[in-house]
Amino acid sequence: MGTYLVRRLLIALPSLLGISVVLFTVLALAPGDPFEEMATNPNIPPEVRLALREKFGIDDPVYLRYFRWLTAMMQGDWGFSFASRVNVDTLILQRLPATIFVIGSSQILALAIALPVGIYAATRPYSVFDQIANTFAFIGFSLPTFFTGLLFILVFSIWLDWLPFVYRSDITATGWRWYWEQIRQAIMPVMVLGLFQAASYTRYVRSAVLDVIRLDFVTTARAKGLGEKTVVVRHVVRNALIPVVTLVALQMPTVFGGAIVTEQIFRIPGIGSLLISAILSNDTPVIMAVTFVFACLVVTFNLIADVLYGWLDPRIAFR
Amino acid sequence: MNETEIHGMVADVKEGKLSRRGFMQRLAAFGVAAPTAWHILDFHGVAQAQSLTAYKPTKAGGGGPLKILLWQAPTLLNPHFAIGTKDQEGSRVFYEPLAGWDNEGNLVPFLAAEIPSRENGAVSADGLSVTWKLKPNVKWHDGKPFTADDCLFTAAYAADPATAATTIGTYKDIKVEKINDLTIKITFEKPTPFWADAFVGAAGMILPKHVFEPFKGAASRDAPANLKPVGTSAYKFIDFKPGDILRGERNPDYHIANQPHFDTVEVKGGGDAVSAARAVIQTGEFDYAWNMQVEDEILLRMERGGRGKAIPVSSGNIEFIMLNTTDPWTEVDGERSSVKTKHPSLTDPAVRQAINLLIDRESVQKFIYGRGGKATANFVNAPPRYVSPNMKYEFSIDKANKILDDAGWVRGSDGIRAKGGTKLKYVYQTSINAPRQKNQAIVKQAAQRAGIDIELKSVTASVFFSSDVANPDTYSKFYCDIQMYTTTMLQPDPERFMLQLVSWEIANKENKWQGRNISRYSSKEADDAFREAQNSLDPARRTALFIRMNDIFCGENILVPVLARTRMAASSNNLVVQPSGWDLDLWMLNAWFRP
Repeated sequence: MGTYLVRRLLIALPSLLGISVVLFTVLALAPGDPFEEMATNPNIPPEVRLALREKFGIDDPVYLRYFRWLTAMMQGDWGFSFASRVNVDTLILQRLPATIFVIGSSQILALAIALPVGIYAATRPYSVFDQIANTFAFIGFSLPTFFTGLLFILVFSIWLDWLPFVYRSDITATGWRWYWEQIRQAIMPVMVLGLFQAASYTRYVRSAVLDVIRLDFVTTARAKGLGEKTVVVRHVVRNALIPVVTLVALQMPTVFGGAIVTEQIFRIPGIGSLLISAILSNDTPVIMAVTFVFACLVVTFNLIADVLYGWLDPRIAFR
Repeated sequence: MNETEIHGMVADVKEGKLSRRGFMQRLAAFGVAAPTAWHILDFHGVAQAQSLTAYKPTKAGGGGPLKILLWQAPTLLNPHFAIGTKDQEGSRVFYEPLAGWDNEGNLVPFLAAEIPSRENGAVSADGLSVTWKLKPNVKWHDGKPFTADDCLFTAAYAADPATAATTIGTYKDIKVEKINDLTIKITFEKPTPFWADAFVGAAGMILPKHVFEPFKGAASRDAPANLKPVGTSAYKFIDFKPGDILRGERNPDYHIANQPHFDTVEVKGGGDAVSAARAVIQTGEFDYAWNMQVEDEILLRMERGGRGKAIPVSSGNIEFIMLNTTDPWTEVDGERSSVKTKHPSLTDPAVRQAINLLIDRESVQKFIYGRGGKATANFVNAPPRYVSPNMKYEFSIDKANKILDDAGWVRGSDGIRAKGGTKLKYVYQTSINAPRQKNQAIVKQAAQRAGIDIELKSVTASVFFSSDVANPDTYSKFYCDIQMYTTTMLQPDPERFMLQLVSWEIANKENKWQGRNISRYSSKEADDAFREAQNSLDPARRTALFIRMNDIFCGENILVPVLARTRMAASSNNLVVQPSGWDLDLWMLNAWFRP
């Protein structure tokens, strides 16, 4: 187990390095200029923009910029944003709470819907309930979040006027009122993301349970005269959820990485909206940091998923 | 209306025969209306009328929260680091300049005790200096007094190249002296008719010396106050998250009595223009949103709800088409569109005139931009006194056909006109933006009917407007026959704006395409007019010279203006805002109120 972990970590390092090279090159090749708006402003002489570019080292060759970035990153210096001149780590930490709250809640919601629905549907395959659940699951993951997001805004904010569609990170109310406001503004984004995720989880849970429920040990358990509830909960679900657990672990990076589209629609000040605004303003240090952190999270959670899988299912050996 | 007439009227105002208002109206009647008419009167030593804002509340505070949505969110709060208007707007919530520009192009004092003028002797007769008197008893948000030292420091801070301030252009060539604690004198290197630049408007916000002093020069990025401003304005800083939200509370010690009305102010960022308009006009979640780049049709539909409205504010921005008289398809010394080359067909004035006749401005205005623009034949459209009365526009395919026939451009078997083997085939580029693509299509259709074949090209805005030297698709390289975009005029004086028409600003390889003259056309007469206007202390003469420059470029159909753009904002119906096309949206946030 120990050597397995060490080996996996050693493999992760070059892949992260490779990812960073690819990211950096792509960003360097992409057109655009962080000081673009100054180019069309007649009040700002072009020299000012050129001086800024030079000061921030944008005009240096790509490989030089890459090594500068890499050495700084190794020392824990993430650089600073061209747009706000703030350190990138400060920016990311500022955005993290909103993302964790919204995406985390939506994942919990997704599981809370997918587990019971998926299990129940699998225990009664092709029943009316199963058919309905399946239909909704298909609709759910066929509709992109930008569509459902706008639909929700149209229905709940504009027609019914029930919910706000601008997410605010600084609600001034205190006590219960604060919680109420917080929940009210999070309902729509959490629903949009949660239902989308729930739809695909439901399909996974259902097929995982279906796979297990046909196995001999389940028949044995039934033959022993165990109650249906005990059979399903203790024998079927326990085994069926092993692949689901790893699936959830693989989804974890998005909890930190944010949901770009949904965050933009509801103006949630999360990592996703930070990334999109950085991309739009060609703010390379921020794009680099966010995407790189995301890459690290993906690699880490992949590792965790593998380890977790082995731990849950001892038949799988670490090699 | 000529110079003599204007001089005559100024004399009437001086003698009291004509009121200031009468003067403005008289100019307006000639289509040369008021906006910076203060400048004309000011030059002749006629006192300015105090510009009034209908501020109703009788006590400060009590207005509750004010919620503003800037969908392009401020990312920093140091006005001298501002990359775009969004950052200036955010900074303006806390900082103030000596004076700002109102919607008519008048100066309104903030930290100045009075507006300098010839009459009060503050503007020197030789145009070499201006003296500002500062408002006494103004306090920074931390309680320290505001003095001349802060102005001196701000100028030195911005002018230091190591600070990397974006306002360096405004401060690097001026000398600021302290006369006493509440008086400063700005000295210019050469006679400067437009003296109201430093310490005025968006680039003029003054920083507190005691806060920023340790962070001048290379250490500028480390100043905590870049994100936690200490200003003099009506609202004190509470909290700021770059790109997300900005909060302020009422400054109880504000230097204007009974202001501000609101107890707190909140500026939220993110999202897109359409949903911002929706949050203000349709659901009323927010009170104000800026930069409504939304088709007018959608805004009109939202307004039917009755909660909010769109506010068009006229500005100096112009959407225009540019015709290339250099050859974009031949490379000379490593660059295309070089002034050393000649365009095979667009050098023919008849072709350019025909193209001008093929632009259906009325339809573009009516069906695409709505309240967002006004059809025009001029490059300079504001302030009204700089607008040329000589240019006319017309849409006539028949006339265009006739002109081309007369000039010897004959239709070939494919319906495309040609002369001596040169076909009238052009590539017409612009940035990707729905109204622009519609506009392109309208022009293409009309051109087809006149035997001109136009190929449309659209480039992503982030490429088109970038200064990327390696990219051939930027607007400043102009590697095609025709292009269209909007250029902005930010000050009520066209001097900087007119740099786009002078020969020494021609964009080329040598200046890395940073030159302002993108059309690459030049005329000695325009160059001379500009040089004279730069030093001319007589506003009437200056106006005439700028109008002449406009007429040369528009008359030659090098610049083919389409629409004078308006700035659109959205406001809730129960909010009174103070819009200005010559300053920031939030330039007078202190005087906003709910009736």
